[in-house]
Amino acid sequence: MMNNGSQPTHHGPDAAVSVRDLRVVRGGRTVLDGVSFDVARGSVTGLLGPSGCGKSTLMRSIVGVQVMAGGAVEVLGHPAGSKGLRRSVGYVTQAPSVYADLSVRENLHYFAAVLGAPPSDVDRVVEEVGLSSHVDVLTGRLSGGQEARVSLAAALLGTPEVLVLDEPTVGVDPVLRRDLWALFASLAEAGSTLLVSSHVMDEATRCGRLLLMRDGRILADDTPGDLLERTGAPDIENAFLDLVAQTDTSAA
Amino acid sequence: MNARVTLATARRVLSQLRHDHRTLAMLIVVPCVLLGLLAWVFDGTGTFDRIGAPLLGIFPFVVMFLVTSVATLRERTSGTLERLLTMPIGKLDLLVGYALAFGLVAAVQATVATTLCVTLLGLDVAGPVWLLLVVAVLDAVLGMALGLLVSAFAATEFQAVQFMPAFVLPQFLLSGLLVPRDRMDDVLQAVSNVLPLSYAVDAMRDLSVREGVAPGAWSDVFVIGLSIVLALGLGAATLRRRTP
Repeated sequence: MMNNGSQPTHHGPDAAVSVRDLRVVRGGRTVLDGVSFDVARGSVTGLLGPSGCGKSTLMRSIVGVQVMAGGAVEVLGHPAGSKGLRRSVGYVTQAPSVYADLSVRENLHYFAAVLGAPPSDVDRVVEEVGLSSHVDVLTGRLSGGQEARVSLAAALLGTPEVLVLDEPTVGVDPVLRRDLWALFASLAEAGSTLLVSSHVMDEATRCGRLLLMRDGRILADDTPGDLLERTGAPDIENAFLDLVAQTDTSAA
Repeated sequence: MNARVTLATARRVLSQLRHDHRTLAMLIVVPCVLLGLLAWVFDGTGTFDRIGAPLLGIFPFVVMFLVTSVATLRERTSGTLERLLTMPIGKLDLLVGYALAFGLVAAVQATVATTLCVTLLGLDVAGPVWLLLVVAVLDAVLGMALGLLVSAFAATEFQAVQFMPAFVLPQFLLSGLLVPRDRMDDVLQAVSNVLPLSYAVDAMRDLSVREGVAPGAWSDVFVIGLSIVLALGLGAATLRRRTP
């Protein structure tokens, strides 16, 4: 873990999410191997890496739905998945997890009722994800990107303190993508903590902090600016490639 | 248990059904058509009077088993179950919500089918018809609870549908509808004694042939109720917040 401990500034009680030596084995394969990092409160942290590198498994561990083989994950000072966290952590899975045979409004009303969020929250989140004109459409009739936004809207209900978003911008057009990142930034400004995964490296610049992942390990845990400066790369994609080359040579 | 969340779940399941007109229509119409067909096939033989009432319990049982096993499997595969289990919802809130929604549909289904049987199809019911309805709804809830349980063992909708012949047909064959249970081989009789559908058929038949409330009916109802609780409990155990 080359960068572990080199950035102590965001460790400690400020951390909304704290992961220590996390190990996850799925189907006999080690998916996460000794992952440690912290996510500062009120920040947008990008979790970037190629498809299959363990991003989703890491997010599942933080939400507390993943069986772990070792290590510890704390969210807001409680073990991940604790009963007390069920109202404070919003989670969007990669595949939209909403009811295709319900309208957008019915979906959100149901999740709001489960969360105990006020019904007025439904209008707010629909507006935030830009689906106001589609509230009464059956979710299954929406496009893939729109359905993903219904799933995102459900996670925004009740304004959770921590949002774990697995590839929320996949299939979304560039204008809307920009709007969503602006929404994430404003949520963080208002005090929420966001962990957002993406396999598109150019989304990295939207994040206050980056976690670069490969093969179940964290390659880098840094701000985008520091990462570029340290590697001397022109963009995050090249920085990632440089870091991969460095670890491969140091491993050899 | 949280009443708000349970009722919201029941309302949600009903909304899903409401959007699916064809399923809803089939839930109500198909049992009626089948019962009408049976009455016609056995016209003048007296057989319909013997099997009509038990079938009023078996149809909701089979239909709810199928619908629930597929619906629950969909919750599991679409990720909505995983999402719900990260939220402040108890497993029983979810299961009882399902039971309420499907119980209500079963009540409508049983009322329509029973009304059709005792009026147009001329089914003779000696006991109280309301109790026949209660048992039919309990049978439906039992089918729902078992469907929920077995859906945990299905990875695809193909598998879930196969659980119907695998899980329901043996119960049907041993329920005493085709051959009275006391005339079966001892081994089969012993197996039939532990299958919940046998009690459903016993209760429905007792209520249809004896005047007043048949003495065995309440104990049959008790066994059906116990099976529902047991199946829901086991079903709850298959809902895991944390998965590998």
